[in-house]
Amino acid sequence: MKHHTIPRVIAKLTIPGIILFGLYVQFHGDYGPGGGFQAGVIIGAAMILYGLIFGLDDLRNVAPQKIVTLLVAIGFLLYAGVGVVTQILGANFLEYGVLAHSQKDGQHIGIILVEIGVGITVAAVMITIFYMFAGRK
Amino acid sequence: MSIEIYIDLVLVIFLVITGLAVIYVRNLFAVAMLSGIYSLLMASIFVVLDAVDVAFTEASVGAGISTVLMLGVLAITGNREKVSHKSSVLPLLIVIGTGSLLVYGTWDLPMFGDPNAPVHMHVAPEYISNTYKHTGMPNIVTAVLASYRGYDTLGEVGVIFTAGIGVLLLLSKRKTKKEVNQQNKLKEKL
Repeated sequence: MKHHTIPRVIAKLTIPGIILFGLYVQFHGDYGPGGGFQAGVIIGAAMILYGLIFGLDDLRNVAPQKIVTLLVAIGFLLYAGVGVVTQILGANFLEYGVLAHSQKDGQHIGIILVEIGVGITVAAVMITIFYMFAGRK
Repeated sequence: MSIEIYIDLVLVIFLVITGLAVIYVRNLFAVAMLSGIYSLLMASIFVVLDAVDVAFTEASVGAGISTVLMLGVLAITGNREKVSHKSSVLPLLIVIGTGSLLVYGTWDLPMFGDPNAPVHMHVAPEYISNTYKHTGMPNIVTAVLASYRGYDTLGEVGVIFTAGIGVLLLLSKRKTKKEVNQQNKLKEKL
């Protein structure tokens, strides 16, 4: 699709907006609709759109396959890691209250970290699936 | 009658039209786009039902990522559907049977928005009155998913993780030991 001008220009215009919106959904999930899952899907879709328009090689430069594969695990480990940290601090698994001085601050920190973990895993899995399908030629 | 009924009606009619179009259109590129439209319409219905978070997920997963992945697959395969001449009586009967069973099942459901429905009597009032006190989160859905039901969400992320690893294992073209050995033998011969 590299030689089609209109998809290329539109993609270049919209991809930054899509990623920015994904980040908004990620970090605004406590206040509005959305959260890590939706944000991960949106950012994954932006990367896949990039890959569809500019080709797999360009996408490999932006999101190297090895790093994406690592991120699949890192997101999950971040989520579980928050649980382990709360256990070390003397509370139950995933009981965020102990992460800060007050219960509410702890909840905020915990939820944001956990949602980032969800977002990373979901985005990385989506990009991985695209790599696997698009790489079969 | 409120305006909501008309909005629902229009959306459902569009859904039926899109569904029929998916069946009858033979160009798979158009079908991929139509299924994206189907999801977007579904998301609008969820918004009308005040389920904004579900609508968001439906829009981003159904209309966004599945359409894009489908286009990626179509780039590898062809984009025309083969016409099949098999009889469609049995599938039709199964679909009608399942459909009528589902409709029969809805007769036992409480009316939409009924304040005495069991779901509104059990833990929901607890969450609505205490979430902000416990967590300081204005969005109850996020608080329930990430905090109250943190275990379940961890499990969900585990499912997604497993799915990704599964696709990776099945489709990645890393060479097996046998293939590497064969290649080395070929090189030696040359």
